[in-house]
Amino acid sequence: MKSKKACYPYVVWMVLFVVVPMLMVVFFAFTDKSGNFTFQNLLGVGQYSNVFLRSIWLGAIATVICLVLGFPLAYLIARTGRKSQNVMVMLIMLPMWMNFLLRTYAWMTLLEDNGILNQLFEAVGLPKLQMINTAGAVVLGMVYNYLPFMILPIYSILTKMDSSVIEAAQDLGADKRQVFLKVTLPMSTPGIISGVTMVFVPAVSTFIISKMLGGGANLLIGDLIDMQFLGSAYNPNLGSAISLVLMVLILICMGIMNQFDDGEESNGGLMI
Amino acid sequence: MEKKAMIELQNIEVSFDGEQILKNFNLRILDGEFVTLLGPSGCGKTTTLRIIGGFTNPDSGNVYFDGKRINDLPPYKREVNTIFQKYALFPHLNVYENVAFGMRAHKKSEKEIKKTVHEMLDLVNLHGFSHRNVNQLSGGQQQRVAIARALANSPKVLLLDEPLSALDMKLRKDMQNELKKIQQQTGITFLFVTHDQEEALSMSDVVVVMDKGEIQQIGTPQDIYNEPKNAFVADFIGESNILDGIMREDYLVEFFGHKFRCVDKGFKTNEPVDVVIRPEDIDVVKPDEAALSGIVTSVTFKGVHYEIIVDVKGFKWMIQSTDFTAEGEHIGLKIGPDDIHIMHKSEYSGTFGDYSTFSDEMEEDLQTPLSSLEEGEK
Repeated sequence: MKSKKACYPYVVWMVLFVVVPMLMVVFFAFTDKSGNFTFQNLLGVGQYSNVFLRSIWLGAIATVICLVLGFPLAYLIARTGRKSQNVMVMLIMLPMWMNFLLRTYAWMTLLEDNGILNQLFEAVGLPKLQMINTAGAVVLGMVYNYLPFMILPIYSILTKMDSSVIEAAQDLGADKRQVFLKVTLPMSTPGIISGVTMVFVPAVSTFIISKMLGGGANLLIGDLIDMQFLGSAYNPNLGSAISLVLMVLILICMGIMNQFDDGEESNGGLMI
Repeated sequence: MEKKAMIELQNIEVSFDGEQILKNFNLRILDGEFVTLLGPSGCGKTTTLRIIGGFTNPDSGNVYFDGKRINDLPPYKREVNTIFQKYALFPHLNVYENVAFGMRAHKKSEKEIKKTVHEMLDLVNLHGFSHRNVNQLSGGQQQRVAIARALANSPKVLLLDEPLSALDMKLRKDMQNELKKIQQQTGITFLFVTHDQEEALSMSDVVVVMDKGEIQQIGTPQDIYNEPKNAFVADFIGESNILDGIMREDYLVEFFGHKFRCVDKGFKTNEPVDVVIRPEDIDVVKPDEAALSGIVTSVTFKGVHYEIIVDVKGFKWMIQSTDFTAEGEHIGLKIGPDDIHIMHKSEYSGTFGDYSTFSDEMEEDLQTPLSSLEEGEK
């Protein structure tokens, strides 16, 4: 019974800082400036459907790239010796200690029209490239910032995998390819799902990355919401409505994702 | 009819981190036999199994399978299958898919797979378990799935790495009988690894007793028990009183200052020897009816028999008798010629045999397998 009492503060905390704000978002989304009930905000979200599509599209591309880069890396790290494992995990974590804004700003100086990369191209006689303010730069920013969130859960599930299960597969006649496709990969799905979630959700709703690397042409949902609250287009009701729609969209995406893990015991790798 | 050697290990040497695990190891396993590698933990028995399975490469020596050298063959190309200590079932597959795994790897037809999987599940009494999640099965059921999975590949040799050590006593006995039955039905060569001497004696055609990376003795269970080659084997297989003796002549041995008739011969005159007398072979008689007598220091009831520790001139003997004897009683120890087994002196002489430090608790600590401890913690 003691444990029940001990969780009261957390319940209060959750209600104050999770449930109430959510309800407030819903309230604002369905009211106008004077507080009257209206569907106008939600209907207004429709005109930004291209922004929604772009956000989900770029977020999805970034997630796929993170998975393609992250899985082999996680696999390699999990297979090296204990000591070098720690060093490599450390190296992956290290950039995360640097401020997010600063990291993204650093990419600006690299990618700018007169930035370091273009100067380098010029020095060796190559033509200048338009890199900043493109969708590619936004995806690059997303991949760079969120890659560790893909690697770490996959790495963690791969290291926990029982080596005798792999040996059993070999023993039963599976060659390297079959062992990977039929045992290692399916057994790491909880880690993959968790990694995909942790990359996709922040990537879809980011606004700093698109603001700094994408320019005006690559507006994302995050920027849109930013504008409604802090920007020129001040309209918290519309901002709330956009947030609400985004939330529902992410929920649907996650629901689809989790279908892949259907009927399995989640072995602790799943964080959402 | 001369049986052919299914597996042959020649001059195998293995060491990890400078520690020798197997020393000049030679073993022949004949087709259709139930062979058990028996020894304490760290004696190299699991390493031997892993060499045959292809998971450990020997530093030197040859591994032959059915007459062909297979040193460089990867595990997935070997016609042996292993039952791992902790089953190592695939947690993401159900019972059916676990059993079918090997056949799918070998690209068998769906029809054949279905037929074999059901045959195997019937064989291990898991009929109707096809669609169960393996994580929800009991230890004994998981064990059966592991057996079915290994047998579904119809291997020529089945390697079993302490497969029963995580099961409780009762289940273990049942599985022992079942494994033996399956081995006789299928005729597959079984190579079984255990540290449990009772398990080894009751299941095997041939027992290989190992210690410190070397074979101490190979023989039938009866041979191993009745004619142990050295003090280690005598002590490891069952209980033994091991005493220093001197072979005076053929069929006559002297220990504790008395001469005894025995059935052994071929030793040098006056050769120092180890004398083994099994606790159940000693008859308790009145002190004046036997050459040896002593004071009973402890009596433990064991169910079928009493375990009696007797102090004879400072040497503690163990006697197993169905008759009760009181502590402090003065009794005689009657030993017949058949009860005496003579062994040459070995590096193990003097390290075993006296029951002065004997305690039940210690014995149990030593025999509790590590894996079952871990199991208990979960």
